[in-house]
Amino acid sequence: MSSVRADADSHPAGSATTVGPMLTVNDLSVAYEMDRGAVAAVDRVSFELYPGEFLGIVGESGCGKSTLLFAIAQLLNPPAVVTGGNVVFKGVNMVGLTDKQLMAVRWRDLSVVMQSAMNALNPVKSIGAQLKDAMRAHGVTSADEIAKRSAEVLRMVSIDPVHLKSYPHQLSGGMRQRSMIAMALLFTPDLVIMDEPTSALDVVAQRSLMVQIKKLQAELGFAIIFVTHDMSLVSHFSERLMVMYAGQVAEWGATRQVFDNPRHPYSAGLLEAFPSIRGKRVPLTGIPGSPPDLSQPQQGCWFAPRCPKVMPVCTEVNPDLYSVQDVQVRCLLYGGPAGGTAPADAAAPAEEMSTGD
Amino acid sequence: MTDPAPEPLLRTEKLSRHFKIGGALSRRTLHAVDDATLAIRPREIVALAGESGSGKSTMARLLAKIYKPTSGEIYFGERPLSSIRSRKDLLRYRGEVPMVFQDPFASINPVFRASHGILRALTLHRPELSRAERHAEALRALSAVGLSPAADIMQRYPHELSGGQRQRIGFAQALSLRPKLILADEPVSMLDVSIRIGLLNLMANLRDQQGVSVLYITHDIASARYVADRLIVMYAGHIVETGPVEDVLASPRHPYTQLLISAVPDPRVELNISAETDKGEPPRVIDPTPGCRFRWRCPLAIDECEQVTPELRQLLPGHQAACHVAVASEPIRAFG
Amino acid sequence: MSMPISGVTSTVGQPGPDPGAGPAAGQARAGTQGLARIGRAVRRNRKAAVGAVLLGIFILVAIFPGVIAKDSPSLDNYKPRLGVSTAHLLGTTAYGQDMWAQLVWGTRNVLIIALVVGLAATAIAVLIGVAAAYLGGAADGSLSVLTDVLLVIPLFPLLIVIAGYAHGGGTLVLILVITLTGWSYTARQLRAQALSLRRRDFLEAARVRGERQIYIIVMEVIPTMTSLIVASFLTNALYAVLFASSLQFIGLGDPNTQSWGTMLYWAQNNAALQTGQPLWAIAPGACIATLGAAFALLNYAFDEIGNPALRPVRRTRVKRAG
Repeated sequence: MSSVRADADSHPAGSATTVGPMLTVNDLSVAYEMDRGAVAAVDRVSFELYPGEFLGIVGESGCGKSTLLFAIAQLLNPPAVVTGGNVVFKGVNMVGLTDKQLMAVRWRDLSVVMQSAMNALNPVKSIGAQLKDAMRAHGVTSADEIAKRSAEVLRMVSIDPVHLKSYPHQLSGGMRQRSMIAMALLFTPDLVIMDEPTSALDVVAQRSLMVQIKKLQAELGFAIIFVTHDMSLVSHFSERLMVMYAGQVAEWGATRQVFDNPRHPYSAGLLEAFPSIRGKRVPLTGIPGSPPDLSQPQQGCWFAPRCPKVMPVCTEVNPDLYSVQDVQVRCLLYGGPAGGTAPADAAAPAEEMSTGD
Repeated sequence: MTDPAPEPLLRTEKLSRHFKIGGALSRRTLHAVDDATLAIRPREIVALAGESGSGKSTMARLLAKIYKPTSGEIYFGERPLSSIRSRKDLLRYRGEVPMVFQDPFASINPVFRASHGILRALTLHRPELSRAERHAEALRALSAVGLSPAADIMQRYPHELSGGQRQRIGFAQALSLRPKLILADEPVSMLDVSIRIGLLNLMANLRDQQGVSVLYITHDIASARYVADRLIVMYAGHIVETGPVEDVLASPRHPYTQLLISAVPDPRVELNISAETDKGEPPRVIDPTPGCRFRWRCPLAIDECEQVTPELRQLLPGHQAACHVAVASEPIRAFG
Repeated sequence: MSMPISGVTSTVGQPGPDPGAGPAAGQARAGTQGLARIGRAVRRNRKAAVGAVLLGIFILVAIFPGVIAKDSPSLDNYKPRLGVSTAHLLGTTAYGQDMWAQLVWGTRNVLIIALVVGLAATAIAVLIGVAAAYLGGAADGSLSVLTDVLLVIPLFPLLIVIAGYAHGGGTLVLILVITLTGWSYTARQLRAQALSLRRRDFLEAARVRGERQIYIIVMEVIPTMTSLIVASFLTNALYAVLFASSLQFIGLGDPNTQSWGTMLYWAQNNAALQTGQPLWAIAPGACIATLGAAFALLNYAFDEIGNPALRPVRRTRVKRAG
């Protein structure tokens, strides 16, 4: 269990392999029971993840990406509850497992890196003590084994093992975040789920951490689900990308495809909202309006009020996910009663978006 | 903005701010800002960029007169800020140089309506206005920042407004004072990406239509480029490079600036992972020794960098850098 | 209201749906603030509802004692030591007084003590606690020492000593004594919360706006602490009920006032429990406990209202997936 897994290799996205998907999320729905009624935070999300794959989930506040993550890791607490679908991890349906059964899976096969290390790390215990706690909680008792593995795992994330004695406040933000990742890798899990692990870091530390993560993935072969609001961050690192809006999957496919040719007006708008530091300085408009209030369900597409390409049918019909070449898009431009008015392979060129309002 | 004529609105001279850290018996000091000299002119947006620990937030608070300088001076127009003693003078300064804060969810008092801050600001700074006039001014300020219907927004409570709207209220509060310079401390970092552009456009609008200068403090170089006229880069309490934003980004003269630029993720550009050499170590600002504070991370460090703290020197018109190795003739190439 | 603003910024732990997003035009709850919101929250929370009802009953009894008990409590020409009957709902005391009347009329004294001490002690606690947090430095140091010393001194012996000196001066002395010894506990809590609020951006924003220190403390800080201030009031009221009754029980209040504590005093003097008059001791004891419970329940409920993380987990009405 403390040996480094050396045999798993990455499977390129979508390629037909003989190994089946490691994680299958089927029609997963999660709702929050609030005073004013149930709010659907995640609405029928489905995807598959293969061993060694890097999946990016992108969206803004309120899109449900964090809730989705918590649901997959079975960390939901009331008032959040799974209202539909299931999560099958290595053949076992995670929804409905008891705490004891989950403990067996957690950290050994699946681990989670939280958003803010300063909140997730115990400020009164040294890093070494926390690594020890994690190992003992999962059945490692030999002090030798613990010491060896602790040092090993810190070295993996380029932290000098002398810091086993350090307290979290003595480390920089980047180092704290990396020790969280080290903790997540203690048992070389097959899947590591990361919830915005770089948001508290500045741009240089962020870049450094991402590169480190990618290197570790290449070495150890684990799959990653990476949730972030910063699309440009995952663009270089993920194989597949899922854009979420209002609890639903808006667009989903190979990263390069989604970036080079965003089909959903929201994905396109999101990409456009990043000013570039190279090339011409152009005025941008972002996406007008704000994310919707999910407790006020509405007829038709959630994005319609803000969409530059809205059609009359958009406020009447709820779009499903439609396949466009290798990408899936939840937009009536590509399917549904309008019959998909946009040609399958030519999404609107990116420049057009900035003139709309 | 290469025109040398406009008198600076606000300038600092060798400004420093140190903090005592550790317990009562400790003698360690944290040098948050050291020897900073900068100038902000009328009708311009200056971006102050740096990572956390660079001193940019401390700089904002020094300029807002929340902190007193440990040494050095700040001049607003001709007047040194240290000469401001009476409450009346202080209030006048606060009205000319207000501040907008980073966290839209913590910078507005949640128990009062959205109009509370604006109305209080008007009461304090423009006492000649009657109640009805104050109300009208508040509506005007809210419209000027794009919040409409203004009368409706005034009545709402902060928790009923989105993050973007709350930040706009922060700007409205500042605007209602008819300021010369707005200090904006990372005003968009906590907002969703798609909403940031709206606020950046607002700042540009304030400069163009209301003639207000903005000091835009940020860690995001891309947004600095989008909205600013000039860029000041800080590292470990020092100003390391300043100049017109396009010039600095296209041909940086300080190694740290180059590092920052290369670290910005740009989906349109291919990434070269193998070129990664920097680990993002935090700057050493506690009881620092003389010499360049970037030297431990700098591939081009020479002996002089160890001994002599580099000063900002003019390399090109309007473009300065604090580096012993920098030259005027070409951009620095320390990384990649 | 110091309701935590949940879900919108990235907070650790449970993510939530985003309530602040989307102006939800037309949904602006015009003016529902402070008390009205508290009122709604109280109605919805079970503990709060029970506590409020109990307290309400006691308040009504204190205001209209004559309506509920026909006899005068001091009238002592009934036959002593009578048992429960329709004429005397709880029987009579060893002195021939109607116990039910004594119980009912005694409510007024207890409630007055509870409410006055609650308000006074809370006022002092807010003043000292928040000032200490704000002034910092030497002022904070000395105020904190004062608070801590009072906190550490064993209160009951102190109360006995002081009340003994005051020679049973009656209700007013009791109120004074309990207030002066009781404010320190909640002062510490209020200081702690004020300290944590000190760095909040909106206070810095107020300062940069040009507000004076005193304005900031009174108008910007204290309104965001209403939840804790109400909780402090309830704590102090509860403390007052228990301590006042205890002091009266040992004879340090004026034994001739009508109160539950003095009933216990007389019951003890007449060995009520041993001589077959248990109700004389049990009835006032039960009332003290019930009033105390009412305050305690409201206190728990306010914690829950102010901090949703403490709310009890209810069975959800949402259909679960298999």
